[in-house]
Amino acid sequence: MKDFIIPVRERDMGTPARSGAPVTLTIDGVPVTVPEGTSVMRAAAEAGIQVPKLCATDSVEAFGSCRLCVVEIEGRRGTPASCTTPVAEGMEVRTGSDRVRKIRRGVMELYISDHPLDCLTCAANGDCELQDMAGMVGLRDVRYAAPEGAGLANHFEARNTSGAANPEWLPKDDSNPYFTYDPSKCIVCSRCVRACEEVQGTFALTIEGRGFDSRVSAGGAGDDFLTSDCVSCGACVQACPTATLQEKSVIELGTPDRSVVTTCAYCGVGCSFKAEMNGDELVRMVPYKHGKANRGHSCVKGRFAYGYAHHQDRILKPMIRERIDQPWREVEWDEALSFAAARLRGIQARHGRKSVGVITSSRCTNEETYLVQKLARAVFGNNNTDTCARVCHSPTGYGLGQTFGTSAGTQDFDSVEQTDVVIVIGANPTDGHPVFASRLKKRLRAGAKLIVIDPRRIDLVKSPHVQAAHHLPLRPGTNVAVVSAMAHVIVTEGLMDEAFIRTRCDWDEFQHYAEFISDPRHSPEATEMLTGVPAASLREAARLFATGGNGAIYYGLGVTEHSQGSTTVMGIANLAMLTGNIGRPGVGVNPLRGQNNVQGACDMGSFPHELPGYRHVKGAEVRAVYEQLWGVEIDPEPGLRIPNMLDAAVDGTFKGLYCQGEDILQSDPDTKHVAAGLAAMDCVIVHDLFLNETANYAHVFLPGSTFLEKDGTFTNAERRINRVRRVIPPRNGYADWEITQMLAKAMGADWGYTHPAQIMEEIALTTPSFAGVDYALLEEKGSVQWPVNDAAPEGTPLMHVDGFVRGKGRFIVTEYVATDERSGPRFPLLLTTGRILSQYNVGAQTRRTDNVIWHAEDVLEIHPHDAELRGVADGDWVRLVSRSGETSLRAKITDRVSPGVVYTTFHHPDTQANVITTDYSDWATNCPEYKVTAVQVSLSNGPSEWQEDYAAQAAQARRILPAAE
Amino acid sequence: MSPEKMVRMANQIAIFFKTQPGDDAAEKIAQHLSDFWEPRMRDQLHAHIDAGGAGLDPLVIAADARIRAATAEG
Repeated sequence: MKDFIIPVRERDMGTPARSGAPVTLTIDGVPVTVPEGTSVMRAAAEAGIQVPKLCATDSVEAFGSCRLCVVEIEGRRGTPASCTTPVAEGMEVRTGSDRVRKIRRGVMELYISDHPLDCLTCAANGDCELQDMAGMVGLRDVRYAAPEGAGLANHFEARNTSGAANPEWLPKDDSNPYFTYDPSKCIVCSRCVRACEEVQGTFALTIEGRGFDSRVSAGGAGDDFLTSDCVSCGACVQACPTATLQEKSVIELGTPDRSVVTTCAYCGVGCSFKAEMNGDELVRMVPYKHGKANRGHSCVKGRFAYGYAHHQDRILKPMIRERIDQPWREVEWDEALSFAAARLRGIQARHGRKSVGVITSSRCTNEETYLVQKLARAVFGNNNTDTCARVCHSPTGYGLGQTFGTSAGTQDFDSVEQTDVVIVIGANPTDGHPVFASRLKKRLRAGAKLIVIDPRRIDLVKSPHVQAAHHLPLRPGTNVAVVSAMAHVIVTEGLMDEAFIRTRCDWDEFQHYAEFISDPRHSPEATEMLTGVPAASLREAARLFATGGNGAIYYGLGVTEHSQGSTTVMGIANLAMLTGNIGRPGVGVNPLRGQNNVQGACDMGSFPHELPGYRHVKGAEVRAVYEQLWGVEIDPEPGLRIPNMLDAAVDGTFKGLYCQGEDILQSDPDTKHVAAGLAAMDCVIVHDLFLNETANYAHVFLPGSTFLEKDGTFTNAERRINRVRRVIPPRNGYADWEITQMLAKAMGADWGYTHPAQIMEEIALTTPSFAGVDYALLEEKGSVQWPVNDAAPEGTPLMHVDGFVRGKGRFIVTEYVATDERSGPRFPLLLTTGRILSQYNVGAQTRRTDNVIWHAEDVLEIHPHDAELRGVADGDWVRLVSRSGETSLRAKITDRVSPGVVYTTFHHPDTQANVITTDYSDWATNCPEYKVTAVQVSLSNGPSEWQEDYAAQAAQARRILPAAE
Repeated sequence: MSPEKMVRMANQIAIFFKTQPGDDAAEKIAQHLSDFWEPRMRDQLHAHIDAGGAGLDPLVIAADARIRAATAEG
């Protein structure tokens, strides 16, 4: 299949697109019709006429500072800037008269008089707009020079000819690991400052000084890029027209000559990127302007943190060992696969068909995931397949399935541009889903209201030019009580949308629900003692959501990872239905998915009880589809979920596991129990990039490929199916789908896929919601959102528009039930966990990039009161103990967490936050209760005994025998 | 899995369905257990009930009887 290759430099239209009534004007005699509000510059670009420009770019609003884009307009005086002049009906524009040419040359001459002429050795040579514009305006001479005897009147020469220092010159700032800031090349066009404000919303950059002293400055006086608020999203680098802000990779490798459009493999936003290549070397990842999830924006992970693909820790050869106390032995693929196949078949012969299983990866492609679950169902002959979504969003599947009839978010990300009131609950988008957060913040700056429901004061509560209308800092574990209290206010104060409920929802179920929720025990006043949320502010928040216009709810793992995770998801769905906030732009229920392909992994039948497309295995007609195609019998009983697999392993009835792209030992709760389960198995096959923590207990290691090395698709949180395209050949020799296929064949299957497109054909053939998906459509449209079928051949951006997938929306009674995990005298604090911007999940990828500069270790956030009680000072080593285990890490004292609550991340294996978490789980799905663990904190001298033992065991388990000569 | 863990998981399911309207909680619990619990887990539940069913919510025991009846019919 032909790669989707586009030129490195796309057309820049100069100013952002507008939507409005059509306006017709003529530019250089060419008639052109554009929406009202469009700039003359953009209209000219639409007509194919490029007006010279420096300070304008279509990712930010026009600024009108460079004066290079001046034009003449019939009947108007002077020479207006085309970037800031809106079109008008009948306008006649001339872009190239002698008069404007002369002005442009004069402007350019001034710019160049303060710019070094080292173009041939400059990193931006060939990719510099200043260079292009000098050429375009025909600049041939620069007449300005410093006056005799005076100081240098420029910013780019460090010293004058006598050796005296130039006070205007500033050294390069290369504090950021990924890009440099070279003030000597800056033309002060302010594009970086505006990108930081408008696109990213961080406001880390400013122009300091006036006139000739104007400088781009990161943070306050004394800051460099690294110490400033800069989040390294790369928007400024992308906006910079010169080499002032430049990727270090381009400085090192040269400018790219081609690019391949692909999809980021980090979070569930699923940003589209151009992988820009120089020969066969990846030079940089640049967010793709036409990517419908990200609209040309990126975060530090997708933009810069791809270096793990070439990290020295990457394992490129298959390895096996008889027992896990032995060192690894590198072998050829054939030997590894036949060893694995023989072991799995041997286990099944001894312990039965159901004694082995698989874990599919939410980081791998849809096609790969589909094959892994097919391996379990068709080759192993059981339904023992599960995926990491078990431990993050399985309650979303259950809760939204029960209420709406489908397991997915209802909107696309563009929807946020039309929302008026946003609830963010149990999510921290600026860290976990940064590109979505930037889009949300842009809408908030334009006036939308925000309600944050989170135990911790996340950045969105208050950051530059964004302030939540309400922050409800609930006690961990009381989500259901808070959501129900909001519903109570809405129902008892008569704020619900009765017309919507009558036409769109099951009225009888609603009657039950209304009676239930109106009970005074759900009132904010009654639950205040329990939740810690002041009743008055909860009431105000509920009223705002019900009456403030389009209301949208965005939620994350702070909702799902609880004993009542599924119940909270239902409660959220209830809130949306109560207020009529379903089925149009700007509203909806939007789960923010953790990993890149969580949605896809769930869609592809990774769960043990359902075949692809969320169809329960008990349905004979659904099984028949696969039975006919695969020529096997499908087990009608549900298989084991991940926690059940580990329990069964400890019980001795589950003996073999093929685990693709997941590190259950680090990511799953109650590490000691996970380790015991893994240790009890006879064959653990880890298929991954690195010797992860789970691999310490593995017998077979199959080296995996990165997203840069294979073809396929990812499905993001908005159900968008996006292409992943091969940029470089797999360093390990094979794409992951090929490896799964080789394992299946070693076990006797007759699979013969030669390209992932064929796997997608099989998915489309068997899964109604994917019926219309094929690679040709993805090439044509760029991406589509499922369902894609005869009714919606181009996909479905908004769900439940005219009716719910299940018919009538269903209100479900959501009684609050306290978790068994409670604080008490021994464990008086509640631990909750999360992630931070620069690291991703277990950190296997991001820890192997320069992102560690921002987060080298996990720390424990603790409130000053709790710290003082325990004699803990900032930076002290503390011991964190729960009834499951203990670990040590450094304390960070902050009032972001409430008294009684502590918080940490789980990105580093040497901290192993999951030694602390318990085996409590969601009632419906067994999704672990990561977000509530009763703990005690005390001073400590350093790593715990367990951590030291663990490190020693890990080192022992990671030994690799030198290859035989 | 440990009996305590199984009992807790089964009771959690019972607690949810108990709060739902209608008088068919046992049926719904039975349905949930059949849909999501692997047969090994249901067998462990049967065995625990045969041994007295210590700690289990009565609705779980009622649900278990329905599962067994359905299996016998099936």
